[in-house]
Amino acid sequence: MESVVFVFSLIDCCALIFLSVYFIITLSDLECDYINARSCCSKLNKWVVPELIGHTIVTVLMLISLHWFIFLLNFPVATWNIYRFIMVPSGNLGVFDPTEIHNRGQLKSHMKEAMIKLGFHLLCFFMYLYSMILALIND
Amino acid sequence: MSAPAGIPPRPAAAPGGARAPAAAPRAPPCQNGPVQNQMQFPFGYGLHLENYSASSGHYPQVPHEAVPSQLNNQYVADYHSACYSIPVQSVMTPSVSPSMLNTQQLYSGAPHPVESAGGLTQGAISSASYLHTSVPQSYSALSSHYSSSTSSSVASQGFPLSSGHYAMPIISSAVYPNLSYPSMSVSSPYGQVFTSQSLPAVGQFKETNTFPNQSSTVPRTLQQQVPLGYNSTSWSTSDFRSAQDNFSRNNTGSLAKASNQINTVGVLDSSHPVSQNVQFTKPSVETSVVSSAVTSSIRTPVGDHLTEPASVPSNTQPSESLLQEGMQYGGYINNQASSAPAPLSSSSDDEEEDEEDEEAAIDSSSTTSSASPVINNYDALEGGGYPETNSAASSPVPTPQTSRMPKPFGYGYPTLQPGYQNATPSTSAMQPSNPGHHSGFQQYPQYPGVNQLSSTLGGLSLQHSQQPECLRPVNLTQDRNILPVSPVLAPVPNLNSDLRKLNCSPDSFRCTLTNIPQTQALLNKAKLPLGLLLHPFRDLTQLPVITSSTIVRCRSCRTYINPFVSFIDQRRWKCNLCYRVNDVPEEFMYNPLTRSYGEPHKRPEVQNSTVEFIASSDYMLRPPQPAVYLFVLDVSHNAVEAGYLTIVCQSLLENLDKLPGDSRTRIGFITFDSTVHFYNLQEGLSQPQMLIVSDIDDVFLPTPDSLLVNLHESKELIKDLLSALPNMFINTRETHSALGPALQAAFKLMSPTGGRISVFQSQLPSLGAGLLHSREDPNQRSSTKVVQHLGPATDFYKKLALDCSGQQTAVDLFLLSSQYSDLASLACMSKYSAGCIYYYPSFHHSYNPAQAEKLQKDLKRYLTRKIGFEAVMRIRCTKGLSIHTFHGNFFVRSTDLLSLANVNPDAGFAVQMSIEESLTDTSLVCFQTALLYTSSKGERRIRVHTLCLPVVTSLADVYAGADVQAAVCLLANMAVDRSVSSSLSDARDALVNAVVDSLSAYISTASNLQQSTLIAPNSLRLFPLYVLALLKQKAFRTGTSTRLDDRIYAMCQIKSQPLVHLMKMIHPNLYRIDRLTNEGAIHVNDRVVPQPPLQKLSAEKLTREGAFLMDCGSIFYIWIGKSCDNSFIKDVLGYPNYASVPQKLTQLPELDTLSSERARSFITWLRDSRPLNPVLQVIKDESPAKTDFFQHLVEDRTEAAFSYYEFLLHIQQQICK
Repeated sequence: MESVVFVFSLIDCCALIFLSVYFIITLSDLECDYINARSCCSKLNKWVVPELIGHTIVTVLMLISLHWFIFLLNFPVATWNIYRFIMVPSGNLGVFDPTEIHNRGQLKSHMKEAMIKLGFHLLCFFMYLYSMILALIND
Repeated sequence: MSAPAGIPPRPAAAPGGARAPAAAPRAPPCQNGPVQNQMQFPFGYGLHLENYSASSGHYPQVPHEAVPSQLNNQYVADYHSACYSIPVQSVMTPSVSPSMLNTQQLYSGAPHPVESAGGLTQGAISSASYLHTSVPQSYSALSSHYSSSTSSSVASQGFPLSSGHYAMPIISSAVYPNLSYPSMSVSSPYGQVFTSQSLPAVGQFKETNTFPNQSSTVPRTLQQQVPLGYNSTSWSTSDFRSAQDNFSRNNTGSLAKASNQINTVGVLDSSHPVSQNVQFTKPSVETSVVSSAVTSSIRTPVGDHLTEPASVPSNTQPSESLLQEGMQYGGYINNQASSAPAPLSSSSDDEEEDEEDEEAAIDSSSTTSSASPVINNYDALEGGGYPETNSAASSPVPTPQTSRMPKPFGYGYPTLQPGYQNATPSTSAMQPSNPGHHSGFQQYPQYPGVNQLSSTLGGLSLQHSQQPECLRPVNLTQDRNILPVSPVLAPVPNLNSDLRKLNCSPDSFRCTLTNIPQTQALLNKAKLPLGLLLHPFRDLTQLPVITSSTIVRCRSCRTYINPFVSFIDQRRWKCNLCYRVNDVPEEFMYNPLTRSYGEPHKRPEVQNSTVEFIASSDYMLRPPQPAVYLFVLDVSHNAVEAGYLTIVCQSLLENLDKLPGDSRTRIGFITFDSTVHFYNLQEGLSQPQMLIVSDIDDVFLPTPDSLLVNLHESKELIKDLLSALPNMFINTRETHSALGPALQAAFKLMSPTGGRISVFQSQLPSLGAGLLHSREDPNQRSSTKVVQHLGPATDFYKKLALDCSGQQTAVDLFLLSSQYSDLASLACMSKYSAGCIYYYPSFHHSYNPAQAEKLQKDLKRYLTRKIGFEAVMRIRCTKGLSIHTFHGNFFVRSTDLLSLANVNPDAGFAVQMSIEESLTDTSLVCFQTALLYTSSKGERRIRVHTLCLPVVTSLADVYAGADVQAAVCLLANMAVDRSVSSSLSDARDALVNAVVDSLSAYISTASNLQQSTLIAPNSLRLFPLYVLALLKQKAFRTGTSTRLDDRIYAMCQIKSQPLVHLMKMIHPNLYRIDRLTNEGAIHVNDRVVPQPPLQKLSAEKLTREGAFLMDCGSIFYIWIGKSCDNSFIKDVLGYPNYASVPQKLTQLPELDTLSSERARSFITWLRDSRPLNPVLQVIKDESPAKTDFFQHLVEDRTEAAFSYYEFLLHIQQQICK
């Protein structure tokens, strides 16, 4: 049972890693002027909710399967994701707003955030991998 | 389609019915010009067809069946207009070609003399594909300019000539096929004379492939540069899509028509809900309309024949000169002297040229490097920069030292010096030595402000051995009179005199710090904001316009060549922004001003920091768009009650001829209440036709091709509509407003071309997409705590604005509202589409005459001012500096590219900058804005401003160069952002902290000063005052009752006004005008203008015996004290005594007295100094309007805010903490 949880987490984590990489690539495309702000933001906004859901599922799964440490590790990030999603002003087009992304260094902070998430997910990936192997051996 | 039956059986009734279906289906393009006037004659059918055939002469070689059958189709629909089913079928026909065939057969029984068509089309030869290809593109006959150009270039990719019109850099105004439409279609029915006149024109088409008169003058070389696949496919596809789109809409929407009398608004027959055909001219009027239409249509062809040849030579002339000069020499044309022939190369030059050519053979690598072959997007167009940005590696002389000292390369050649070297040649030597030719241009760089201040700042040097005036410490708490007697001028950068003369005018380009700190650390220490305030499209009296086949730009960063580049030797110049060494193109060696060769540093580009280039086709994504204006008018009960329609229509009628544009100018109208009304103004109708779309959930265009009509062809109809419009809705009971659907319709209408949408709205939108709810709580208006709802409530308007911006359409909003209308949400439609916002609170035409007058004046300016279409602006700065935030109305498309669908001369912009890398190896930094736009005449132009500033290393120098006005305006912009994203109180705190931080930083640098007093450098002595004024501004004030919309409007203005206007808004100028003398007066145009001293904005300066004028930028207040001198009231105001002066006085009478003359000349002078025509308001001391006046007295204490002195004490307290 435990191994199933970790296999699922591992797959989910892989998806999140790919998503982070996609965010970084798209944002750096915008930085380098390859795409315009409108298309970049519409691309990214599409994936904000899947990312949120994907990460929340893992977090909840860890809570249910009583892996406290991993849950506590994931909890702040999941909270941040939800907070960011809720706090979008009503006039904005999403977490990434094409009219504001070039202002006040938002692009840089988005980039930084995506980088940190990538690192975090990589860390989680190995943690899940280790836990999965451990669980498989124990079974 | 009950029209024929419903209309009295007069001859003119037939056209009434016939017009209806003409409006309903998507008409094929060849139907563009047809004069349906002919239908007014009972025998009009034959004429009608002949008319079609005449217009089809444009698209000759068409299989003869095709033309008439389509026409028949159209026509028979007219003929059988009583039948409801027919229009629906005719809707289908143009969209789907097979069905077109069917309908041909269906209707071929009608009597049509096809032969007459054949007779005319004989003489015309062109690509047969025109009509065929145009079937899917029939989205709009009006935009047939585009569709025709697309199809023609597609059809004939192998022939450079056919796409020649893309390449024409200057003469595009004559390119449009529309030009010839009036002569063709209108004239033919009126007899052979006109037809014969139009035939030679057809012959010309034959040669030039539908672009008359012009292609022959296009330089060959330019043609070859044209990318053949130039018409970006998005054009045709989007057109196609919209065609399909509309087609399906039309199908589902069950298009039907019913004709009614004027006042029938709303749907009468539920089975035909979609569009109604409403006539709104009374039958008695109609006859006169008909006759006037007839005469006018006779008149127009003549007029066009006259004007056409007249305009053609003036347009071709530059290109001819280009031809004569060849590719080698760029032409230089002063805009004032555009008729002056461009200089030709003389024989002596040729010898020189030969010599130079040999040298060039050794030296040059490429001369036309700046022309990029194929352009995919605007970013590339305006110069996104080549991938190899690190130019030092690839450039032949990658020397940072060369910036220090240009190496002598043997020629003994006078190089243009970098500014920090004092051994520059004298300016007189650098001035072109041909005074007679372009004298205006030479005087250009000498700005008045520069000359006035240069003497005081002359001794300022970087070493600052003596303490300069700017740094003189001012004790703010003791010095009561810090306000200068004359308006504050911009500080002049500390450059040597040559560079100072060349530098950009502070009116267009200003930096908050005229001495740029070397490192970000130094900037952080100074605690002053670093940024630029731009007014790039300002109305200029003198502007050098440069026509050159090659625009010289840096190969790496795409900077335009400017006065601050350094010429390393005669063949190479070094970019002042990225330090790459570039080659000087061959043709740049020739100076058209002096007609000499080998003096690139004397070219106008290098002699002026503000220049305008006429761009070649490299700078276009599509042919320059025509001027297109769409007016979207609210006609709900609220709006009619306020009575703005009369003013708008009147202003439009007066200024119809002054609308900027060329012969292609198009105009359209949409009105809306709970439904959306369109107006068919297709040339040929006897009167405008109203089409009502009540399906606001899925709004569509009932007849996409006749809603935007050529201004010149349909002028009579437009005039009819404008005179009828104010009375049409006078009895309306519709209180709802479907603004969102109207905007969606407007966007659909505009998206094929782009242009300007002017929206007049009078209340909260209450129906359909984008509906809003009242969010303002009136009890919170004077709250000191939280001001909510500063941001938009929905993203509908933002999305719409971005869509519009993508289609090069700007939305300008006129909000004339008496109650809350959520400007915060509505403003988004203009903010992100580069529009402008006007707000008239509690507007009423009779109760509030001041607002009515203001609207009138604003409209006059709005309609007649210059306009630039499909513009982009890029701001470049020296390597090491970077822009991180933009302020203004636009969409930031990529890191430094602002997308401006329209640009107007009253728009200001601001950017914040940071220093990313320290500027140690340079002593000058430059900023360059390049604004690429399409002028209303269809020319692609680039206006380039370059500003050069010195770099300093000491904190004292940074303070010495602070430009307090620019800093305050930038802070205001930042504060607006802060209050929307965070909260108003945060923004206010930030403003106060900006003063506290900068002053405390200054005090800590000057150790010898006593810490207990509040000291500011002289350059910043007005900083606390301006910030206090900002805190009391409507946008940021708390505690005083402020309506949310007023607050938001003030914020919008802060974001979009240029510095000069914004400063007057923040800190108005107060003058005493009851004792004007000629002391210190200046002379302007033989008129003596008295110059009264500026007064402090404090009630202590007001005396009951005096009269004061307050200049708030957009409004003048004249305050009259209770015991004001009777002679002033009598002589200036024209009333016997104070008591008899009325409460609402908005004009000064023209009296023949000395004091009246002085007062008037002073006010006129103030008015002339700005583009907006401010409204004058005379306020008596006891009138209720005096609060408007007194709220601007910022130095006084109010119940909710500090007085100036208290504010200073507060700052001092904060510093000491």
